[in-house]
Amino acid sequence: MKENNQTTYREAVREGIKNAMQKDDRVFLMGEDVGRYGGCFAVSKGLLEEFGKERIIDTPLCESTFTGAGIGAAMNGMRPIVEIMTVNFSLLALDQIMNNAATLLHMSGGQFNVPLVIRMSTGGGKQLAAQHSHSLEGWYAHIPGLKVLTPATVQDAYSMIELALNDPDPVLIFENSLLYNSQGTLDTNAKPLPIKKAVVKRPGKDLTILAYGINLFKALDAAKILEKEEIDAEVIDLRSLRPLDDETIMNSVKKTHRVMIVDEGWRSGSISAEIMARINEQAFFELDAPMGRVCSAEVPFPYAKHLEDAALPQPVKIVAMAKQIMEEA
Amino acid sequence: MDIELAKKFYSQMLLIRRFEEKCIELYSSEKIRGFLHLYIGEEAIAVGVMHALSADDAVIATYREHGHALARGISAKSIMAEMYGKVEGCAGGRGGSMHIFDAKSRFYGGNAIVGGGLPIAVGMALADKMMKRDRVTACFFGDGAVAEGEFHESLNLASLWQLPVLFICENNYYAMGTALEFSESEVNLSKKAASYRINSFQVDGMDVTQVAESAKNAVEDIKSGKGPVFLECLTYRFRAHSMFDAELYRKKTEVNEWKDKGPLVTFKKNLEERGLWSKIKAQEIEDEITKTIDDAVTFAENGTLEPISDLEKFVYSPEEVQ
Repeated sequence: MKENNQTTYREAVREGIKNAMQKDDRVFLMGEDVGRYGGCFAVSKGLLEEFGKERIIDTPLCESTFTGAGIGAAMNGMRPIVEIMTVNFSLLALDQIMNNAATLLHMSGGQFNVPLVIRMSTGGGKQLAAQHSHSLEGWYAHIPGLKVLTPATVQDAYSMIELALNDPDPVLIFENSLLYNSQGTLDTNAKPLPIKKAVVKRPGKDLTILAYGINLFKALDAAKILEKEEIDAEVIDLRSLRPLDDETIMNSVKKTHRVMIVDEGWRSGSISAEIMARINEQAFFELDAPMGRVCSAEVPFPYAKHLEDAALPQPVKIVAMAKQIMEEA
Repeated sequence: MDIELAKKFYSQMLLIRRFEEKCIELYSSEKIRGFLHLYIGEEAIAVGVMHALSADDAVIATYREHGHALARGISAKSIMAEMYGKVEGCAGGRGGSMHIFDAKSRFYGGNAIVGGGLPIAVGMALADKMMKRDRVTACFFGDGAVAEGEFHESLNLASLWQLPVLFICENNYYAMGTALEFSESEVNLSKKAASYRINSFQVDGMDVTQVAESAKNAVEDIKSGKGPVFLECLTYRFRAHSMFDAELYRKKTEVNEWKDKGPLVTFKKNLEERGLWSKIKAQEIEDEITKTIDDAVTFAENGTLEPISDLEKFVYSPEEVQ
């Protein structure tokens, strides 16, 4: 770690894993290239040397089975962290995640919980085209039995590992791959905020912008631009997509009366749609204007940079949407 | 074979047979619903394998698992109550016929996605190996699972990491209605397992003594650190795949040929040859089983329906645990 506790998101995740493994012998990391290679995004670099191949386990390319093995190990006394290289590959493990991890506690009438942590990278912006760029975390948030965390900050990248491991049920952590090089302040002694707690990152009075993951920073950039135009935006980091922190969301809506959501998932059937529905149900009469959202374009992600940029949420789109909402009577 | 063991094998197999015959009756009278996959014809496998396991070992079964649950010692009462969807059921009525679970006997389902239990077995065995526990995970699946990717991934991992898993393939020659020859390029399934460098054996799944002996040897080998073992038990399902199956894909004559060498018939012959048949007092066993099943039905009938206010329970662990 650098001086003044400045560190990268990548190092924060690594520190989180390291800290958990030092504290608890039951914790181990398993996935493709997590050991000898050092992790596809270099997150686990150095961990093999520190903890040995029994606890930093390189798996063959078999997402379904190593995820299922994580479930089995979790039910049999361990605290596994399964790393899936990208959310797109997680679809090969969807049977295990959906049909087993999310259902076993229920199917067994409460007898078998699954304390499993699955980490995976998500998101576009690196010209990796239509099989490596999507954001499916909102889609996973549809599933009862799972918890879905989306750390945006360096602090959360670190502390969500421990939060997830302390949870008795399966937790999915989505790390936006463009965040790995981002820098921030890390306090390893800070008490982690609970899973179900959204955070107001920038207080404001005119408009609420809800975002998660990398789009939190796009929303904060947009808020700076809006400030120059005398629009005071409140920016909230959702942190968790399941459970959602309805209380923090509704409190902000009651304060600003105008709201928009930034969501890197596709618009149709998205987490932003769910949030809008909840605001409609719980705070409709607080609204002074129709809600808005900025999502990814409904297209498999293209390779060409100008097209990919156009497909993703961008600060300029957030600013435009915010102004549109402010212009409503 | 000693007389006690003969009694145990016979009564366990007969219990499964009679229990499921009662299930058919109850299904027809709409006391139990959902899917009902019967194990009738395959009883020797569950009974033989469970005999080789100890209480510390774990079992993962399929959606055709009434037999495994009974042979593992889960009470007929709690299984029947589960089928009735009652709180007193072994999964509190949340699982039903396809999802029998029991923590006390380390019975991990009741898994109804074909092949889906194998990765879990691999992980359970991985945990045992990491924690240096002297345990085996027994994983049951059918010939249909062999076509799934998870079968191959799991056998590869179990062998690569030398994990204490006993794979039991119950080859009844049909994946629902598709015969093995229409599913597999190689119909000798133990050869597939052997290609992953797993010690693999083909066993007469209609002969409980042969299954028990093979399973006992397998468990000893696994516990002595020789890695996983694969048992392919050749068997046959006497009944339809489920209650919705018109059985258009196989001939009555074929079914009858297999019935003639079914597990109860085979075992009776075996005992007669050894002069043990009269000594096990089959009628007494039959009477006892009738009573066990009657009691199970009464227990299930009198069971409690969970209040609808509890509907969303068991989705997440209780707050106090968290």
